[in-house]
Amino acid sequence: MTRYSAWSVLREGFNGQRGWDLAWRSPEPKARYDVVIIGGGGHGLATAYYLAKNQGLRNVAVLEKGWIGGGNSGRNTTIVRSNYYYPQSAKIYDFSLKLYENLSRALNYNIMLSQRGIVTTTHSRHDLESAARWVGAMNLNGVPAKMLTTAEVKRRVPLLDVSPTARFPVLGGFVQERGGTARHDAVVWGYARAASQLGVDIIQNCEVQGVERSREGRVVAVRTSRGRIESGKTAMAVAGHSSVLAQMAGFRLPVTSYALQAFVSEPLKPVIDTVLLSLATGMYISQSDKGGLVIGGGLDLYPSYAQRGNLPVVRDVIGAVVDQMPSLGRVRFLRQWAGIVDVVQDSSPILGETPIPGLYINCGWGTGGFKAIPAGGWLLAHHIATGTPHPIAEPFALRRFFTGELIDEAAASGIAH
Amino acid sequence: MLLIACPWCGPRDEIEFQHGGPSHLQRPEPFDAVSDEIWGEYLFFRDNPKGVQKERWLHAYGCRRWFNLARSTVTHEVLAAYRMGDPAPAGLLEPPATGGLA
Repeated sequence: MTRYSAWSVLREGFNGQRGWDLAWRSPEPKARYDVVIIGGGGHGLATAYYLAKNQGLRNVAVLEKGWIGGGNSGRNTTIVRSNYYYPQSAKIYDFSLKLYENLSRALNYNIMLSQRGIVTTTHSRHDLESAARWVGAMNLNGVPAKMLTTAEVKRRVPLLDVSPTARFPVLGGFVQERGGTARHDAVVWGYARAASQLGVDIIQNCEVQGVERSREGRVVAVRTSRGRIESGKTAMAVAGHSSVLAQMAGFRLPVTSYALQAFVSEPLKPVIDTVLLSLATGMYISQSDKGGLVIGGGLDLYPSYAQRGNLPVVRDVIGAVVDQMPSLGRVRFLRQWAGIVDVVQDSSPILGETPIPGLYINCGWGTGGFKAIPAGGWLLAHHIATGTPHPIAEPFALRRFFTGELIDEAAASGIAH
Repeated sequence: MLLIACPWCGPRDEIEFQHGGPSHLQRPEPFDAVSDEIWGEYLFFRDNPKGVQKERWLHAYGCRRWFNLARSTVTHEVLAAYRMGDPAPAGLLEPPATGGLA
């Protein structure tokens, strides 16, 4: 397979671009794999890649219902950050961010990581106090962050109306400088290509329709739209459809599926060079390399499996943009879409074993799965291969809902849930 | 945009309402005999169906009363609205037995 480099770009430039290989193979499914991963999004592909790379398991398949990059991997707002509150969360999200920081090199694929900082603004005394507490916790957890004055916020984001008469006056804020954006398609394509190179079979248009269990209850095979596939161990990383798959396998999850919307504007000249998140409205915004403003907000108002958003939330998000950055009032949107996210009561992920022997799960990232792709993959691969949870993943086991050891990130995860 | 028929006020715009989670959850009893597993299951675990869900809604900017709604989570179609304490209307909640649109 062609290695990507400045040299290969130059060579192919002279060569009429005829020497590039397909980024990954599309083989027919085999009858049996040591590990079958259901879900070809970022988390599933990363799990396969780290199974092959870190754990030496090469007889692995990733089954994707649609196509690679067609689900939530292509529907997120590309933000990476690790500004969480609790020590367990700081460990897992910062581990993920550190993997992101070296991911282009590791995958030989430019994921266009841009650590442009994430600025969170506060709009009331209460916001400001909780932000100070939040920054204190982050620094104690070894994740650098610092408070910003109103003037510093204004200097970083000149678009913001910070006047005292603004609809949402800015009382200050804080920044995580290592936060930023990465190209979402590149992350999944990069993992798919690197996993395929290590021998992982990526099987698209392959919908899992049933789960076969042995007399002892262990998962032994999955029935798919492309036939029956036996599996030694099975993992699921299907985000908003986790409950549907769990029902097929015979258990329930503490998950509710909601639509989360995002928007992109027509391309503009550079107007914002950081990621901005407003605590009052939950609106967040960054500018893509193509110039489009990528905008998100809170969840839709009721559970949904429809990949389209409802209008009241559209109005709220657009209203927040226009109230806080009046100069964007006449910018037109190009697209609006929604992904189905798996929201858990404590807004923390579920990683590890399920009640069904031989079936592992990665879900519950809710509104923020993209930033966690490298960690989710790495940690679940460790658990699948070794049979024991990685220490970073251990607090996120499903059994926390019986022991009460919840990791309640509802407020600190940065956007309204 | 949904049009939701409040059992007391009639059809109103969805922005007057708040969603309140699934209906008909039965708190396990007796309290001193409920295991951590059963309690955790009751508090946190949900069917989260892809299809018809029976759920509680509050007419927050209207009569401020709670009621039940049978709604599809796939199409958002509202199939029935009924009062708290009433049983779910029969028949509405099962998928068509024979091939749907045939």
